[in-house]
Amino acid sequence: MNAQDIMFVILAVLIVCSSIATVVTKSIVRAATYLLFVLLGTAGLYFLLGYTFLGSVQIMVYAGGIIVLYVFSILLTSGKQERLTENSRLKSLSALLLSLVGLAVVVGIFWAHGFIGAETLTAPSEAATPSMHQIGEHMLSTDRKGYLLPFEAVSVLLLACIVGGLLIARKR
Amino acid sequence: MIQIEYFLFVSAIMMFAGIYGFITRKSTLAILLSIELMLNAADINFAVFNRLLYPNGHEGLFFAIFGIAIAAAESAVAIAIMINIYRQLQNISVDQLTKMKW
Repeated sequence: MNAQDIMFVILAVLIVCSSIATVVTKSIVRAATYLLFVLLGTAGLYFLLGYTFLGSVQIMVYAGGIIVLYVFSILLTSGKQERLTENSRLKSLSALLLSLVGLAVVVGIFWAHGFIGAETLTAPSEAATPSMHQIGEHMLSTDRKGYLLPFEAVSVLLLACIVGGLLIARKR
Repeated sequence: MIQIEYFLFVSAIMMFAGIYGFITRKSTLAILLSIELMLNAADINFAVFNRLLYPNGHEGLFFAIFGIAIAAAESAVAIAIMINIYRQLQNISVDQLTKMKW
């Protein structure tokens, strides 16, 4: 096992444990904290794959922005009753059964059919790690591999989101 | 040796943990946390398939970046709605939100 494999095992254990803890813990503030660990572990997976820009976007937007927003809104809305209410036993058992069956189907399909060109985890090659220069050129070009239209669409979406959030949440 | 496919198992576990939470949670904010888990699993899959099947292109990378932006917008608007609901009803549990039920 080289260093990449050891890092992958550490990150995978962190992500799996934290994502299960996010959905079973009783306190909602703890759920948000476990989600933060899941998102940081995901950023680590992106770094392992060689997508450093994506990993830093993940840390800045998710871990820096969205989690803070969630913690604020949890503290604003729940107040004293921050403990999550219980379900009936039958409902949580059937939900558990449903997700386990779905997971078994998906993992079984992955296991049975290997992907074409499946490779072992090694340090990513120079061509597979896009530099900041390349990402900026792709983002703002209009040719075949350019993403100017979705880039502008996302900026309009964010503007609409700011206006909508203010309009919905303002005091009347 | 670790195959790159193993990333897909991690994201599958994350996805189905999110589905379990989406079904069992009662608080709307906890449901939103589960939705974030599912979106995050989808973003991992975009990046992994990019690396696995077409390592010299960057399509999956850009899809994941736009997915992150859309997830941020979605959670901001959803949190605004929850805060508005809390102002009106002093409760954000899905059991109590029956005002718009037909």
